[in-house]
Amino acid sequence: MSQTTEAARPATTHRAKPVLSEGKRAERRLGLLLCAPAAIVMLAVTGWPIIYSVWLSLQRYDLRFPDKQEFVGLANYGTVLSNGYWWTAFGTTALITVVSVAIELVLGMALALIMHRTLVGRGLVRTVSLIPYGIVTVVAAFSWKFAWTPDTGYLAKLVGPDTAVLTEKLPALSAIILAEVWKTTPFMALLLMAGLALVPDDLLKAASMDGAGPWQRFTKVMLPVMKPAILVALLFRTLDAFRIFDNIFILTGGSQGTGSVSMQTYDNLIRGLNLGIGSTMSVLIFIAVAIVAFVFIKVFGTAAPGSDPGRR
Amino acid sequence: MAEIVLDKVTKRYADGALAVSDVNIEIADGEFVILVGPSGCGKSTTLNMIAGLEDITGGELRIGGVRMNEKAPKDRDIAMVFQSYALYPHMTVRENMAFPLRLAKVDNATVTRKVEEAAAILDLKAHLDRKPANLSGGQRQRVAMGRAIVRSPKAFLMDEPLSNLDAKLRGQMRTSVSRLQKQLGTTTVYVTHDQTEAMTLGDRVVVLRGGLVQQIGAPQFLYDHPANLFVAGFIGAPAMNFLPATLENGSLSTPLGTVALTDRVRRAAEAADAPREVIMGVRPEHFEDASLVDAAALDRGASFDAQVEVLESMGAEKFAYFSVEGGEAHASDLADLAADAGSAGVPDTGSQVVTRLSAASAVAEGQPAKFWFDTDKVQLFDPASGANLTYSAD
Amino acid sequence: MAVITTGKRVRWTIIDVIVVVYALVPVLWTLSLSFKSKATIGDGSFIPQEWSVQSYVDIFQTNDFLLALVNSIGISLIATAIAVVLGTMAAYAIARLDFPGKTALVGFSLLVAMFPQVSLVSPLFSIERSLSLFDTWPGLILPYITFALPLAIYTLSAFFREIPWELEKAAKMDGATPAQAFRRVIAPLAAPGVFTTAILVFIFCWNDFLFAISLTATTRSRTVPAALQFFTGASQFEDPTGQICAAAVVITIPIVLFVLFFQRRIVAGLTSGAVKG
Repeated sequence: MSQTTEAARPATTHRAKPVLSEGKRAERRLGLLLCAPAAIVMLAVTGWPIIYSVWLSLQRYDLRFPDKQEFVGLANYGTVLSNGYWWTAFGTTALITVVSVAIELVLGMALALIMHRTLVGRGLVRTVSLIPYGIVTVVAAFSWKFAWTPDTGYLAKLVGPDTAVLTEKLPALSAIILAEVWKTTPFMALLLMAGLALVPDDLLKAASMDGAGPWQRFTKVMLPVMKPAILVALLFRTLDAFRIFDNIFILTGGSQGTGSVSMQTYDNLIRGLNLGIGSTMSVLIFIAVAIVAFVFIKVFGTAAPGSDPGRR
Repeated sequence: MAEIVLDKVTKRYADGALAVSDVNIEIADGEFVILVGPSGCGKSTTLNMIAGLEDITGGELRIGGVRMNEKAPKDRDIAMVFQSYALYPHMTVRENMAFPLRLAKVDNATVTRKVEEAAAILDLKAHLDRKPANLSGGQRQRVAMGRAIVRSPKAFLMDEPLSNLDAKLRGQMRTSVSRLQKQLGTTTVYVTHDQTEAMTLGDRVVVLRGGLVQQIGAPQFLYDHPANLFVAGFIGAPAMNFLPATLENGSLSTPLGTVALTDRVRRAAEAADAPREVIMGVRPEHFEDASLVDAAALDRGASFDAQVEVLESMGAEKFAYFSVEGGEAHASDLADLAADAGSAGVPDTGSQVVTRLSAASAVAEGQPAKFWFDTDKVQLFDPASGANLTYSAD
Repeated sequence: MAVITTGKRVRWTIIDVIVVVYALVPVLWTLSLSFKSKATIGDGSFIPQEWSVQSYVDIFQTNDFLLALVNSIGISLIATAIAVVLGTMAAYAIARLDFPGKTALVGFSLLVAMFPQVSLVSPLFSIERSLSLFDTWPGLILPYITFALPLAIYTLSAFFREIPWELEKAAKMDGATPAQAFRRVIAPLAAPGVFTTAILVFIFCWNDFLFAISLTATTRSRTVPAALQFFTGASQFEDPTGQICAAAVVITIPIVLFVLFFQRRIVAGLTSGAVKG
């Protein structure tokens, strides 16, 4: 038997994966190899086009006059940013985003609580809630459109025969927001429900023992614990709402000043065939989204999902 | 069935960290050996090297006389029981237990027979067609055992197989593991951090710390003759009491008073060339309520007064706790033990002493009492090296 | 278990009914329109006064819808298959292996997930035209894979982290070769996650409208969501409402089936990435 020899105390803090250095290198190689195809596809289909799009945005490039292509510097940006339509579209997009995400947060929280706590028909509630999430946006948009169409629609009948909702700016925007909220609330609710599951029951029991009523339990215990989940859900939904396209395209086609920035870009590109202006708008949207994401992550401290280095 | 030999086995990770250093263990055929130590001591790494789940950096592993270093786990013919049981959730109990046999391409009739046999031994017959998710913790543990025994391997490796069970069940399973091993007579290496399992289960116990073997021996031998402070403190519950002491002219001045050394202790200390400052170790059961000790015995030991702080009456015995002035014994071994026990951050309240008294003792909590301890059972340790200065192999 | 009183039961039932109505009304409305006869389609009634399957007969008689349906199914299936295979490889590496650039990859795929897709429409439109990919299946499959990959990688790596990998060791101790350990133990455990991811990715591809309408020009590659605009009815002046709704119902069927049969998995898949973070 050996007595303790202090000098030879080995470091034992590393109980990590047992690998020889060759094994470690093989692991790295395998890791890179497995990720390479996914990374290459994503880079090729996003990275290259983004660079290309920045380059296009510095050109005068109209497919109707292809021989007039020339480098114009930041002129396109000047054109777009001094254009009233762009700013109308930007304002509309921002309005739709803020209002619909706010409503979704409230409704989504209610739906999450219902799905989490209901005593009857939990499976049923969860199942039907997934239908708006899964349904093709265009299909849902058509359903709303026909519902608001005078004479044809049940909703049009409800608001009165003389009002054509989709032909006036504010009612049309409300209809768009309604369609957007209907479609995405369940997704919001699911993300929030995942956060709800993280609130331990004992914590709520402890809070009620400490004298908190239902509303206080909700605001003082549940919301703070759920905060990370709420922020992630908000980030996801804000960025998603900002690129709203399908609903507006079907419901109003962007008329009466209801067009979003995505609609504007599409109009310039596919309908107007103006690649230079379309690309300029693409770049501006990209910058706007990057700012929103930055604000969420830096200012609100949203934990970027997946930022946790994957443990085993 | 086979003997397992670890010959200077060493494990060094890619980053240079040494997890297991120069381990020599010879495990006889049919022997039940326990690897015990605090977390991070290298016991699981050692077990995984025997299993083939981790590479051996240096030295040789032989099972049944054959070098195993390069063999894949499946070619070593040993079975393992994991701490988490590692039951396949998509298979029934029957399929789980049959899995090793199916992989070995055993014919259907034999598979059925062996699984039924194992299920009978482990009392699992009623659960064969259930999935692991529908079993209790104890049942899952038995399925894991069943999966190990069905193919009659050369050896069993068990990695803290009982640590996920509650205390009562752990006690029951401990006896059944022990009985099963005796019944099958299969060489078994069992890893645990629980010193009770180490004391009760094994034929021999290997105490590891920081990747080094501290001592190998039968449980009772380790208890009576610990090689160093670490083993002395690790084996035994409640743990041995350690107090700083000074050796002077054949007597020992301790926080419990000055004590005359008995011949055995003095000879051993002289032979070991003991330093002046030592650490005295006394097991709780070597204390007694002085009023219950007969006169002859009183002379053979030392008596002192102390204020009982806490008294735990266990029915058959009583544990009395008191604090002594004179500071705490300090040594790196003790710091390691405290860290393992999770008490490293507990504020110092001087030295607390635990004594085990007869049930007849009349000492009362919060009252002063007169204690006695057997000075011949005292062990002395070198604070610098941790070595037991009174160690003898007999 | 808490005792469920009648009062609570009634209250929850009412709440449940509200949720069900909320979720189903637009769907039922489309269904109703698709079954209305041509004469009653403009009556504004929520329930058809006169039932008819004429709209369905009409759409299956025109090439427009059938070709679009074939395009939708083919493009979505191929994109799903490729995205799931690539996503599985990457997610396995992220969940199980240690390699440089892992964090960068995770961050990058997050970036892609949040990317404004319309920003890609202009350059892709131009690039695909010069590579002759415009208005072809690969021309849609490529962007679908790209935007489905982050979803696939997140969902799958969350699932893979849940797999008790100690079982791999256990299988080796039970005498399995690495291949056997994978096939008989790991694959059966990973399959549900892969399957769930495939459903989510399919829904994503099935749903797309922006790329479908920007990167296609003819029935060669136009998918159903994009094709619905171009329904004109049998004659120039006929109202296509009934046919649009019939087509909409047809492409909603797979979604409803997925939701009915795999509700639990879809919920698990959608929430896994969000919580694990």
